[in-house]
Amino acid sequence: MVVRTIRLLLGATLLLTALSAAAQLSIEITGAGAQRIPVAVVPFAGEQALGANSLTAIVRADLERSGLFRGLEVPPLSPLPNENSPVNYGEWRSRLADALVVGSIAPDKEGRMEARFRLYDVVKQAALGGMSLTFSKDNLRSAAHRLSDFVYEKLTGEKGVFSTLIAYVVKRGSVYELQIADADGERSQYLLRSNEPIISPVWSPDGKRIAYVSFESKKPVVYVHHLSENKRQVVASFKGSNSAPAWSPDGKTIAVVLSVEGGSQIYLINSDGSGPRRRIGTSSAIDTEPRYSTDGKFIYFTSDRGGSPQIYRMPSTGGEAQRVTFEGSYNVTPRPSPDGRVLAYVTRNGGKFQVALLDLSNRQVQVITDSDRDESPSYAPNGRMILLATVIGGRGVLSAVSSDGRIKQRLPYAGGDVREPAWGPFLE
Amino acid sequence: MRAIVIATLCSTALKFTAISAVLLFLAACQTTPEDQNASTAKVEDRKPGAKPGAQPVERPKIAAVDVTQGKKDAASALKDPGSILSKRQIYFDYDKFDVKDEYRPLVEAHARYLRENPNAKMLIQGNADERGSREYNVALGQRRSDNVKKMLMLLGAREAQVESVSLGEEKPMCAEHSEECWAKNRRGDLLYGGEY
Repeated sequence: MVVRTIRLLLGATLLLTALSAAAQLSIEITGAGAQRIPVAVVPFAGEQALGANSLTAIVRADLERSGLFRGLEVPPLSPLPNENSPVNYGEWRSRLADALVVGSIAPDKEGRMEARFRLYDVVKQAALGGMSLTFSKDNLRSAAHRLSDFVYEKLTGEKGVFSTLIAYVVKRGSVYELQIADADGERSQYLLRSNEPIISPVWSPDGKRIAYVSFESKKPVVYVHHLSENKRQVVASFKGSNSAPAWSPDGKTIAVVLSVEGGSQIYLINSDGSGPRRRIGTSSAIDTEPRYSTDGKFIYFTSDRGGSPQIYRMPSTGGEAQRVTFEGSYNVTPRPSPDGRVLAYVTRNGGKFQVALLDLSNRQVQVITDSDRDESPSYAPNGRMILLATVIGGRGVLSAVSSDGRIKQRLPYAGGDVREPAWGPFLE
Repeated sequence: MRAIVIATLCSTALKFTAISAVLLFLAACQTTPEDQNASTAKVEDRKPGAKPGAQPVERPKIAAVDVTQGKKDAASALKDPGSILSKRQIYFDYDKFDVKDEYRPLVEAHARYLRENPNAKMLIQGNADERGSREYNVALGQRRSDNVKKMLMLLGAREAQVESVSLGEEKPMCAEHSEECWAKNRRGDLLYGGEY
């Protein structure tokens, strides 16, 4: 086989495409040891035929956004290498690349696209595998995210979350929308539009349903919405308020907060709306914001039984509660990490509401955000990032912070007031 | 006399009033046999006192009952700016949930209205200011509306008439981020059936 010499030519067009995709993202990386893996994602052979919405630009933006990678600028190559081209490791090493992605795209017989790519470890001079994806033009972003997940997993050993979805609420004027978008905030569409508030969306473990609280009947009522069936059902509409839904890990049960017997107390209901409600809390205080522990054995919740709102936990079948947070006079919104080792929550810190992490094994607390009104933290399913709502310039926006607090980023502005983010699970 | 009045009312009323009103009159009509006996006796009793030979000619008195008008009066008081019943807001102090003394007359008036209008229904929406978690604020608003409900029930309103719910921080009356504004948002709103 003849080793082809790669000719490096400068061309403005492709470079600009890559830059504009990166400019939408606002990423701030702070702290020591912020070392990012340099990756060269070479534009795929045949990609120009797809137009400006470049597949590799999305991949590069995905990888950069994770904070773990630095996308190297790749000057246009002619001809573009594809997944079968021999790799000149020395050439890429001299460009400081640790990893290299090359591939090609071609239309298939049904008018769909087929992308093939290969990932290389430039340092070890080894191929790390490849993939072939077919997709319609509408699903270009999905294909790019799948590719990013592949690269992320091969290079970090952890699953990527680029293909996951997020849900959040946007308020524009007097209209509220529960929206679903890609994890990068793109391709948003609404699931529910209402003239009354919508809060507390939460994904079912299988990612097929979202439970939320809607005020469309002038009081809080809990619904379960089936994403692809465009069907929703009321699961808790008892006399009084119905709010704060949380799925059990098996998806069969939803913990909710009801005021039907007075006060705000935690109950369990079947997620299909069948059967009676079961009360599991028995306090005369406020008990709210239930969340199952990752193993399903406990329910974390917020209660003011000790005089100020603090986080407690009790067995998920009910029983005696133990206090979990002790520092500070306002600790709410418990969110266990996917590995069950850390509890994220919101703490009031000198009048500012910020996200804190409690290491459940050594009880260490670390505040990881620094704005005034951070709320609704939501873990990515791989536990690496936490999505949250904050207020900047008087407007609600979503931001994300890495679970070590070093990487902070803001999602693209969706218009209106954005709040109540919920990061969806891995999709099969 | 009373028997005649009722009978007249029953016959005309049956023709003209709406079904709900008819049902009310039917209930009244059911008691007619007993009343008839009683008033027949009364008429007999009066006869001895009448002038012999002269028959008194007297058109029976018509005691008009205007049910629709009566209903309207009660309901319109709810909207009459001069009536305490048109006052529907109860404000709460920061981190406080008890109904302040200054609102006692207001709650008493609404309790009286609910007692006197057993078909009336009320929704109490509790609210909280924007600080802190949205769900925790739902619970705080609930504690406020529950306290208003408890007070109404102690004053004679029935459980089936009153529902207390919370809108948390979601429906602020005032949008600025100041204590003055937050005070307006720590509130209970009283709404009657048909108003929400």
